[in-house]
Amino acid sequence: MNRRQFIQQSTAATALLGMGGIGLQSFNTSKAKKITILHTNDVHSHIDPFGPDHKRNPNKGGVARRATLVESIRKENPNTLLLDAGDIFQGTPYFNYYGGELEFKLMSMLNYDLATIGNHDFDNGIDGLYAQLPHAKFEFVSANYDFTNTVMDTHVKPYKTFIKDGIKIGVFGLGVQLDGLVDKNMYKETVYNDPIEIAQDMSRLLKEEQACDLVICLSHIGYYYRNVPDRVCDLALAKATKDIDLIIGGHTHTFLPKPTIEKNSVGENVLINQVGAYGLYLGKIDFYFEPGKPTKTHGASIIV
Amino acid sequence: MTIKHIFKLYFLVFVFSCNNDLHLSKIEGERIEIDAAIASDSDIENFIKPYRENVNKNLDSVISYAPDTYSKSDGEFNTAIGNLMADAVFEESNPIFNKRTGKTIDLVLLNYGGIRSIISQGNIKIRTAFEVMPFENSVVVVAIKGQQVLQMMDYLSKDKRAHPVSKHLQLSLNKNSEVTKATISGKPIDKGTTYYVATNDYLYNGGDRMDFFHPNDSFYVLDYKIRNVLIDYFKRKDTIRPKRDNRYIKLED
Repeated sequence: MNRRQFIQQSTAATALLGMGGIGLQSFNTSKAKKITILHTNDVHSHIDPFGPDHKRNPNKGGVARRATLVESIRKENPNTLLLDAGDIFQGTPYFNYYGGELEFKLMSMLNYDLATIGNHDFDNGIDGLYAQLPHAKFEFVSANYDFTNTVMDTHVKPYKTFIKDGIKIGVFGLGVQLDGLVDKNMYKETVYNDPIEIAQDMSRLLKEEQACDLVICLSHIGYYYRNVPDRVCDLALAKATKDIDLIIGGHTHTFLPKPTIEKNSVGENVLINQVGAYGLYLGKIDFYFEPGKPTKTHGASIIV
Repeated sequence: MTIKHIFKLYFLVFVFSCNNDLHLSKIEGERIEIDAAIASDSDIENFIKPYRENVNKNLDSVISYAPDTYSKSDGEFNTAIGNLMADAVFEESNPIFNKRTGKTIDLVLLNYGGIRSIISQGNIKIRTAFEVMPFENSVVVVAIKGQQVLQMMDYLSKDKRAHPVSKHLQLSLNKNSEVTKATISGKPIDKGTTYYVATNDYLYNGGDRMDFFHPNDSFYVLDYKIRNVLIDYFKRKDTIRPKRDNRYIKLED
């Protein structure tokens, strides 16, 4: 591994406290656990790798290669989730010819666990999205799109929880404002609600009522808008909420070389990651759990 | 409640209480580049293959012929490729618009930036239409007053780019880039008359700062993608013969 590593928050104490914790437990069957989160965003129908003559991304990307990579990671750690942050559709003739069928079928073959909905996923209208649902073996989450008066009603949940090796993971979805971005004839009666308010509700629900060990926001609201700094975005979302461990972003095609670490409303670390677009990269976040009580003074160490 | 249920309940409590003794200790993040160093999964590859072959077969089907190579940089104020696109939008959209509304398109305006590729000499394929117009923009018709059409002329004279306009327009600028003549179908533009201008939804929504489409008397969505206009146009022509002409010119003396 030759990438540059540094420890964001020095917590040498964490390991010691953790070890000390074992002896204090009434039983010592707890073992260290690892949850791997893999993610893509804005793949935009890029099924084949870019050609050798492409100016920017020659020979990069490709679903069949991603499949090999995902499978090898799953083999190494079966407690893995594969997520997509939206804009699955639009960008190559595959979408024009098959309307998203191939994208959904391939994502199903790669065993995607969950996706959220991006603005371009409405490009064949909400009916066009609905028509492709039978090809998706994975589910969709969006907490701030209200689909009640549309054909998508009941087909998109606000959140979904998973249990992997006894660790409970809650994932909720967020979508970008559609007005001004997508033709109303396309999204029809889909109602957009404020992402931050919804995220505050969702994180409380997942952390407190659902008792999730990990809370992940699958967001298509965009990383940050330099020219419109007041627009809601993942950075603002991270700062305005609590109890979210990871925000997986999309929409702005932001190629983050490594996840961003932001402080939430109570001063805890939140990770934000986005892997650009077109399936050029796979994002990978590993969460390690160790026996022992968490400490108030030290959060988890973050190595990015 | 059977013994089995109690056991299950006990098991659940046991599991959760164990989890309570776990804590998040470390997070590692990285991104992994997907490149040729990663072998393709053969099952996935085989699954994609028939789709790819079908798409390529269709994209590579020959639908017309280009006797020359046409580029949007071939002329300063109008180009053969731009004239072809604007006239194609008129020829393909007007019958639909006329059938739906009983009205006729007076003028087409597209944008220079909306021509995304050259048309190369030789066979024109469906792929050509995807190259020239990779975006999903579609034709809209806007009813605006002559006053706004004059604003459009002013915009064109100031922007000084070969935005595609249809054959109906005759716009002449003097050497100071002032409008000296502006007619539609041979008649001067009348401030009070309503004109039906076909454009794309991108420009209608304010793209390229073309803000003369609002307010408008009426607005029609034809559900007709510009790319499909081009495909239909190419299919009707055995050989395209686009020409640079005098529809938009600047006189230097």
